[in-house]
Amino acid sequence: MNFTLKIWRQKNVTAKGEMVSYDVSGISPDSSFFEMLDTLNQKLITTGGDPVAFDHDCREGICGTCSLYINGRPHGPVKGVTTCQLHMRAFKDGDTIFIEPWRAKAFPIIRDLIVDRSALDKIIQAGGYVSVNTGGVPDANTIPVPKEKSDAAFDAATCIGCGACVAACSNAAAMLFIGAKVSHLALLPQGRVEAATRVQKMVACMDEQGFGNCSNTYACEFDCPKGISVANIARMNREFLGAKLFSEKERVIKESL
Amino acid sequence: MTRLNARIPEGPVAEKWTAYKSASKLVNPNNKRKLDIIVIGTGLAGASAAASLGQLGYNVKVFCYQDTPRRAHSIAAQGGINAAKNYPNDGDSAYRLFYDTIKGGDYRAREANVYRLAQVSNQIIDLCVAQGVPFAREYSGLLTNRSFGGAQVSRTFYARGQTGQQLLLGAYSALSRQIAAGTVKLYNRRDVLDMVLVDGKARGVIARNLVTGEIERHAAHAVVLANGGYGNVFFLSTNAMGSNVTPAWSAYRKGAMFANPSFTQIHPTCIPVHGDAQSKLTLMSESLRNDGRIWVPAKMKDVEKLRNKEIKPSDIPEADRDYYLERRYPAFGNLVPRDVASRAAKERCDAGFGVGSTGVAVFLDFADAIKRKGHDAIDSLYGNLFQMYEQIVAESPYETPMMIYPAVHYTMGGLWVDYELMTTIPGLYAIGECNFSDHGANRLGASALMQGLADGYFVLPYTIGNYLANEIHTPRFDTASSEFTLAAQAVTDRLKQIKNSGGKESVDNFHRRLGKIMWEYCGMARNDAGLTEALYQITELRQEFAKGVKIPGGLDEYNPEIEKACRVADFIELGELMVRDAQQRRESCGGHFREEYQTSEGEALRNDDEFAFVGAWEYKGRDAAAGLHREELQFNEIKLSQRSYK
Repeated sequence: MNFTLKIWRQKNVTAKGEMVSYDVSGISPDSSFFEMLDTLNQKLITTGGDPVAFDHDCREGICGTCSLYINGRPHGPVKGVTTCQLHMRAFKDGDTIFIEPWRAKAFPIIRDLIVDRSALDKIIQAGGYVSVNTGGVPDANTIPVPKEKSDAAFDAATCIGCGACVAACSNAAAMLFIGAKVSHLALLPQGRVEAATRVQKMVACMDEQGFGNCSNTYACEFDCPKGISVANIARMNREFLGAKLFSEKERVIKESL
Repeated sequence: MTRLNARIPEGPVAEKWTAYKSASKLVNPNNKRKLDIIVIGTGLAGASAAASLGQLGYNVKVFCYQDTPRRAHSIAAQGGINAAKNYPNDGDSAYRLFYDTIKGGDYRAREANVYRLAQVSNQIIDLCVAQGVPFAREYSGLLTNRSFGGAQVSRTFYARGQTGQQLLLGAYSALSRQIAAGTVKLYNRRDVLDMVLVDGKARGVIARNLVTGEIERHAAHAVVLANGGYGNVFFLSTNAMGSNVTPAWSAYRKGAMFANPSFTQIHPTCIPVHGDAQSKLTLMSESLRNDGRIWVPAKMKDVEKLRNKEIKPSDIPEADRDYYLERRYPAFGNLVPRDVASRAAKERCDAGFGVGSTGVAVFLDFADAIKRKGHDAIDSLYGNLFQMYEQIVAESPYETPMMIYPAVHYTMGGLWVDYELMTTIPGLYAIGECNFSDHGANRLGASALMQGLADGYFVLPYTIGNYLANEIHTPRFDTASSEFTLAAQAVTDRLKQIKNSGGKESVDNFHRRLGKIMWEYCGMARNDAGLTEALYQITELRQEFAKGVKIPGGLDEYNPEIEKACRVADFIELGELMVRDAQQRRESCGGHFREEYQTSEGEALRNDDEFAFVGAWEYKGRDAAAGLHREELQFNEIKLSQRSYK
């Protein structure tokens, strides 16, 4: 198969970027999208060009490193897959393919198609965990968890932290990402203890990092490669509101004492 | 002649770890604050170690090449994690887990380490559940288990086909909590390129900032390597693209011995190679063998018809199918250990019965299981794996059998460590896949996750204290010292040398060529003539690489080609050592199959009289042959026998 690629090239965070056109030919329909880009880069390297930088690692759809905005959609045209699991059979021979980085204020560009997503780490550091130490925990089976809750927590916990939800959102909101972590832990008895403080800390950090507010378009769910549901955002909002009201009530009680 | 002392505690095997913990030195909390530890890698071993050490009060610096610790390749582990909980009441115990692991490793692992692993396995499950890891559960709300290759009990805990992901996110959350608390400092997008030794002890590292290209110096009182396995020496493997041996290899060059490098695991159930542009191989979890049946056509005419697409697999009647694992190994059937299953697939394909367009694949068929358990039950067990397969191959395993073939997956070999997980360099530790210690010549399924977390959460935090207790008077190191300056200069010189080699060939091309040599001569089957040929070809490749590699871009910017070049240069050297190790081991054991040494039925034939040892290699210089040291293995608990899964 042959393709024309229009790729965003940008030397570093301060440089001016532009779309540059390349042709690739002789691509197998069974090749992955990255194997197609590998072919382009091999050609660029041996002909004295500058290979295109893109983030990738596991190439099996689980590490969340890959982050290409293809033809106007995060991870490209096929629903439920990451860029690394996208295969060229999803395109037509002769297609022109537009490839850009994730675009969001909270994700500054490092080079070409690579962005800095450490803002997502910061949000987890703000409270995306159960504050348990190594050692001194009860036997695993002393904490029964209803299967339905455990399954729902699992569904939320499958978020790979790629940031497609942010790239898909017109407000560059990270609410699906945070909603998934809040839900994962709030659904489990182990996570309930800190649920109120967790959601408040994570939301505050989200605002600090420069993410926008929910656009209510559900674009995040549509483009999430792992199918994380927007119901997780609703649950986060409920948890957040509950936590706020509760802390307000506590404050009033304390002041009246 | 040996310099190897495993420092195994005295006493009965079941009491060694307790005895060790009671006698080891402690560091008081005020002193821990004054001690710095560097951890390299944020997979299960690295993240769990960094989190646990930070929690204890040490100052930890943790490094990863990825943009965030959560992406380390432990994330891709699918099937599960073993523990001797015996929740199913089917006869499991720490002893049995220990026994199965030693036997599964074909009697080439150290008893004391493996027993400790089995003992701490239960604590891992408790901790992970407390962290919120959503393991599979019964309707009662309690945890459920499944069986895995090489075992006759169900001791594997799992989270659908994404157990590694969930465990790593648990460790990552613990690590994130420590980063927020300020006990751990994260250095992401860094390649650690060299170790720094001061007076013979590990005291720091030289790292390259992958975004800016800056060469950084970091000092510490101890260094922990958790940089994973080296399967990418084969180019095509189930490892992540960035997985590399470089930190461990730099330690080897500084005097840490490298043990059993030739012990690599070829995983039986991976998606077959599709073509020349292929960049990696994808694993399909071993857990699929619980319900899938492996077969090839029994008749050559059906093989041909399949290849010409005249018939579908389902058109072949039951009687004309060869369920070769069930035929050869009736007791374990499709659940034989990985090395056995892989070789059996190769045997059928070599005999001409392989399927698929290349003839290098076998069927893994779920039709019976779907009939027996129903579509929904199979979906809940393997849904994500089936989906993944369909995305890659564009065929649904619900409708037609999967096609699979073995691929390089895990490396049992690694840096030699003693009972305390310390390498032969004082103050330098190796944990998880990057050490050699627990899996012998073959790792059982669901044991890698167990070992990574055991080392990081429950072993290293004890053993490192025993060393650091003697370091409380050692002040923080000045990275302007001559040791750091020399090491940093050597790294810079090496980068310049690679960059300026002035060749025409891309790094990937060299890597592919290395992979072909390794797969052909040092893969699933090895022999003396082939290994000699491999040595010759690798030496040639190494010379060509030095003169012929082309690196675009500069050293002081984001430059993936220079990153890859450093890794491939190390892989070439490692490849040579693997071949030498495979050559010296004139026996077959586990994943190491020497064609000259097999039983009349084609099974691995060990030679316990001459080879019941760990082969640890000492670096003797760039152009000198490495020196072999032997750690003789003592089997006091388990009687060595021919491994049988019939």
